[in-house]
Amino acid sequence: MATQEQRTSIRWDYAPAPESPDHVRLRDSYGLFIDGEFSDPVDGTRVPSVNPVTEEVVAEVAFAGPEDLRRAVQAARAAQPGWAALSGLERGKYLFRVARLIQERARELAVVESMDGGKPIRESRDVDVPLAAAHFFHYAGWADKLSYGMGGRAVEPLGVAAQIVPWNFPLLMAAWKLAPALACGNTAVLKPAETTPVTALLLAEILREAELPPGVVSIVPGDGAAGAALVRQPDIDKVAFTGSTAVGKDIQGALAGRGISLTLELGGKSANIVFEDAALDQAVEGIVNGIFFNQGHVCCAGSRLLIQESVAEAVVGKLWDRMNRLRVGDPLDKNTDVGAINSREQLERITSLVDSGEEEGAVRRSVVCELPSRGFWFPPTLFTDVAPAHRIAAEEIFGPVVSVLTFRTQAEAIEKANATPYGLAAGIWTDKGSKAFEVASALQAGVVWQNTYNHFDPSAAFGGYKESGFGREGGMAGLRPYLRVAS
Amino acid sequence: MTSRLPVRKTYKLFIGGAFVRSESGRYDRIEGEAAAAVNIPRASRKDVRDAVAAARKALSSWAGRTPYNRGQILYRFAEALESRAGDIGAERSEVEAAIDVLVHYAGWTDKLQPVLGGINPVAAPFLSFSVPEPTGVVGVIAPDSPPLLGLVAELAPALAAGNTVVAVLSDARPLSGLDLGEVMGIADVPGGVVNLLSGRRAELAPVLAGHHALNAIVNATGESTLAAEIDKLAAESVTRVRHTTASESYADATADPLSRLEALTELKTAWHPVGA
Repeated sequence: MATQEQRTSIRWDYAPAPESPDHVRLRDSYGLFIDGEFSDPVDGTRVPSVNPVTEEVVAEVAFAGPEDLRRAVQAARAAQPGWAALSGLERGKYLFRVARLIQERARELAVVESMDGGKPIRESRDVDVPLAAAHFFHYAGWADKLSYGMGGRAVEPLGVAAQIVPWNFPLLMAAWKLAPALACGNTAVLKPAETTPVTALLLAEILREAELPPGVVSIVPGDGAAGAALVRQPDIDKVAFTGSTAVGKDIQGALAGRGISLTLELGGKSANIVFEDAALDQAVEGIVNGIFFNQGHVCCAGSRLLIQESVAEAVVGKLWDRMNRLRVGDPLDKNTDVGAINSREQLERITSLVDSGEEEGAVRRSVVCELPSRGFWFPPTLFTDVAPAHRIAAEEIFGPVVSVLTFRTQAEAIEKANATPYGLAAGIWTDKGSKAFEVASALQAGVVWQNTYNHFDPSAAFGGYKESGFGREGGMAGLRPYLRVAS
Repeated sequence: MTSRLPVRKTYKLFIGGAFVRSESGRYDRIEGEAAAAVNIPRASRKDVRDAVAAARKALSSWAGRTPYNRGQILYRFAEALESRAGDIGAERSEVEAAIDVLVHYAGWTDKLQPVLGGINPVAAPFLSFSVPEPTGVVGVIAPDSPPLLGLVAELAPALAAGNTVVAVLSDARPLSGLDLGEVMGIADVPGGVVNLLSGRRAELAPVLAGHHALNAIVNATGESTLAAEIDKLAAESVTRVRHTTASESYADATADPLSRLEALTELKTAWHPVGA
């Protein structure tokens, strides 16, 4: 047998390909967007929003105090009857305008999203911003067809919606919240996340440019305390929250006895299940997309990788190879796969959970790569020899860390996948269609991706089972949380 | 002629398909609707937990039945109630209204999916579809009035959507609810799918609402203090809550059925690639 000829190794280095921030027009400082105007906080503060890559200030942003929140709710209340009295078509036309303006300013929004939050420009450009526009476009079209989306029932808006969004998809989550609320005739007070308020303020500029009537949307950045204060405002009719399960429970408790409609989109520890008959290379791409998309700062991230024993070694080997080819670094570089961790606080949380994984006896492998000396970074990390009781197998890490568990039979895979208080998402990798559908129906998860992962669309409902929350966002089902059936 | 001594009924809880006394051995004395006072079991916290466990155990098999099959069982339930209408401790008209509610929801089982779900027109090469699935184990806090219809109006949508139920019956008027258990016993409703507890609402409802294996709770009492307490306890495990006030009007028992069904379903979205 001829010995294989030694091949010359070829290095496929990438030249830097940074997206230019030249066209970005950021102000030094942003006020609160209340009643159609940017205004100084009455009892709030001004806080710098930090770029997690450079630790430099992206812009200074006003944070709302209690009186500011009250003003915002008051403006929403005052604007609501007029907004609801518009014909559905007219309301929809405003939303169509917003969708178009987001598309026009897409490049700027993408760059700012990556600067403020640290996510790769490839994602903000190809996912966050286009999907945000698509959500407004989708719900714009619902505004004059609401009863069709509600099984023919006569409906009316709830009133004033208090909406709180997380830092992982700042603009996209704002769109998920605002578009259906407005289409249904509600007005809204939106609180962006503490660490990523800037694109929401650019959205406020867009709403002005669209000539949305004052007060229909107010945007009031702030920290967790501001969120807690907002849901405790007396004059609200609806709360929609996306964030951690712990905060979601606090909000649900805070609303006790108040008769306020609530939607919660909370955390997850989603199982990504690889069967032995899967196309393994394709599965590895899906695993990578499932856990390293947006640095793993994704509520539906495939953070529990369940691999059938017979192929576990092969899959882990291929995955580790693939992980070593991920490009970690400058989010504005178009070749970057994994960007910066969103904040120092989140980096500390990831680090502490990863430490617990090692302490509890799981085997850690982190990609060795050159990380910038400034900013917040965490290398893509893989844990094997993980027991279901380990913290890294049970708790949401919200970072680029995947925990591998194995199973022998389909029944065991389903049992392990469901053995969590969460129920947000799951992935299934198999070439056998009948098996995919059977397993999908047995999984307690609001979204099941078969031979793919982390796809979203404004026409497809998204939301959790169990402690991953209730209510749906997206599609026809996304109307329900913002309407009451007319009596 | 000697007069015949009637055979009295011993009222029991209905848990896991079995008629049982409260594990606590406690009882309450209740004024009968028509006849003399009777003893009813006063369920305990442990009975609540047993009932939730029974409902949990029955869930996957009930949820896994075809909608057609669940519809037939609900219809069978209606048939059985019709045939025993005279034996239920409630007004005839109320029993008849309850029968009609069951018939209504028997027809919902295979309509829910086309009404709430469908194929999502996503802008990418995927087959994406959304289907409603049962939320899981549902608690029902039955109203005092109308005691039977108020119970059935919440029980039927929960069952039609594929959930299993633990119901806390009215304190003051539990007899028709307990009678209903006997009807289910002959109506092919599998054991554990419905569990019925009599006793004191103020004692039982909080235990049920705070149970972490409960997925949703429907409070039909209209009591605001109880509503606030249920909300607080439900928040501990993100339990879904629906509050409603049972109407005295029989026609309202099937008003807005879709909202009752929606409150006890979860929409699941599946994605499958089309092409390579």
